[in-house]
Amino acid sequence: MSDPPRASLTELIAGLRARRFSSAELVRTYLERIDQHQGALNAFISVTREQALKDAQAADRVLAAGGGGALTGVPIAHKDIFCTQGVRTTCGSRMLDNFVSPYDATVVAKLRAAGAVMLGKTNMDEFAMGSSSETSFYGPVRNPWNPALVPGGSSGGSAAAVAARLAPAATATDTGGSIRQPAALCGVTGIKPTYGRVSRYGMVAFASSLDQAGVLSTTVADAALVLREMAGFDPNDSTSVDAPVPDYVAQLEQPLAGLKVGLLKEFFDKGLEPQNEQRIRDALRIYEGLGARLTEVSLPNLPLSVPVYYVVAPAECSSNLARFDGVRFGHRCENPKDLQDLYRRSRGEGFGAEVKRRIMTGTYVLSAGYYDAYYLKAQRVRALINADFIRAFKSVDVLIGPTTPTPAFPIGAKTEDPITMYLNDIYTIGANLAGLPAASIPCGFVNDLPVGLQVVGPHFAEARVLAVAHAFQRATDWHTRVPQGYA
Amino acid sequence: MYDFALVFSVHRAYREPPMSLTRAQLASIATLARLDLSAAEIPVYQQSLSSILDFIGALDAVDTADVNPMAHPLPGLSQRLRADVVTESDHHEAYQANAPQVAAGLYLVPKVIE
Repeated sequence: MSDPPRASLTELIAGLRARRFSSAELVRTYLERIDQHQGALNAFISVTREQALKDAQAADRVLAAGGGGALTGVPIAHKDIFCTQGVRTTCGSRMLDNFVSPYDATVVAKLRAAGAVMLGKTNMDEFAMGSSSETSFYGPVRNPWNPALVPGGSSGGSAAAVAARLAPAATATDTGGSIRQPAALCGVTGIKPTYGRVSRYGMVAFASSLDQAGVLSTTVADAALVLREMAGFDPNDSTSVDAPVPDYVAQLEQPLAGLKVGLLKEFFDKGLEPQNEQRIRDALRIYEGLGARLTEVSLPNLPLSVPVYYVVAPAECSSNLARFDGVRFGHRCENPKDLQDLYRRSRGEGFGAEVKRRIMTGTYVLSAGYYDAYYLKAQRVRALINADFIRAFKSVDVLIGPTTPTPAFPIGAKTEDPITMYLNDIYTIGANLAGLPAASIPCGFVNDLPVGLQVVGPHFAEARVLAVAHAFQRATDWHTRVPQGYA
Repeated sequence: MYDFALVFSVHRAYREPPMSLTRAQLASIATLARLDLSAAEIPVYQQSLSSILDFIGALDAVDTADVNPMAHPLPGLSQRLRADVVTESDHHEAYQANAPQVAAGLYLVPKVIE
């Protein structure tokens, strides 16, 4: 068993239960690591030191009395998109710089009820709009594998924190790849569950038909544990699905013999860097060795997923972000001369460049005369993509391929050209459009940078996706690699 | 039929977008979106929104004549309704703690009616 900070969340729980260390000691260890590396990584927006230490002491009393839940005493970080009662919740935006949430997101409340101790709130692309964590009002997050590179996004703070072992696990959200893409670029494990599996209540809305909360961790077993505690029906979210949550941990060990793995033909195209492709092909050979049968499948409409996404997501974003009006909460401009001026300047000042770009794209595609041509058209093509996936899952159990076309790229390299940035999510967006569960796990390195392998399953097959990903981690040790300087 | 080469070729072509938003069109979008833009921002957004519209224009080529638009990410599901009963208690003080300006339990805004 490893000691912190190398230990997995599951190992930390065992250590707490065996009294090898206390929760207070554990939390102090991680807080010190955050202090030590925050300057280099900028992974956190807020660190909730006092509350964390108080909660850890309370957890120690519960553990001493022989009680506790599945996560009692283990530290975790929350993406700053989740509302935390009494704690600033910024969503990476100047608009919410002064917003102290009056309530907890369901995800936060559930993880607290399971005993987890919050270390702080992680940095992210503003309103989760980005693929590099560069659009944050609080400055870019840096990749622990190379500080000149982006960690991916939008959950880049959570991914960098987990990769650098500043937290054993972190919550995250995924609208077009925002869990899986940073997981790939930072060499950690991430899962986005089926749409509706985890409550969106208290999670600042970006694109409501695509947003879904999930987990970043160092192992699949840890992701299974945290997801089990986060998931479940919530009457406060009208899209929450009322279905029992399986014990993902108990279902991790499944033999892969006879597993039908689909290779998406469209994922192995020109956009995929040859060295990345090689790592993915190597991983597929490992699956063959574990007894899986590989077959090529084609989802002919999948390449249209990026243009579909850049209609649907901005449209929903422009509706959701209409609530930021400078009246009830959030940034308000100085000396508004009338109500329109108050709206326009509060929003103009409070939102950053990419958020404004998406609000305007969405406003345009929803405006009179364009709704049919853009929004309705995109939702029709989305139905075709969804049908492609459903057809594929009639002949295969999971789809496996790359998470991203390339490893991490330099900070600033793609900020001038929004579409180059958008194409980062070319392999991840499909699962969001179709609401499917999907994970990314480390599967090797290209030029000393981690590469992610993506596993996509049918609706509500999180247990299968996790078991397939777990089998890979039983057979390889890529997920145990820690970036230099953070061991 | 469609492949990433198509998407990437659209991307390559977009540097000189055939469809270009005028300054007036961009200003009207900003008005609808209630966004104040600086003089420096307008040409930047004119260019990038034109590129994005060109990029999403790839969807025009798809035949969707017999396809219903997707209304929910999970096939066959629709939004759940709850019983029409009061479930919330009064949180106005907690919520208004985040408001820029309140008085007597009311949100204050500039005068709307002269």
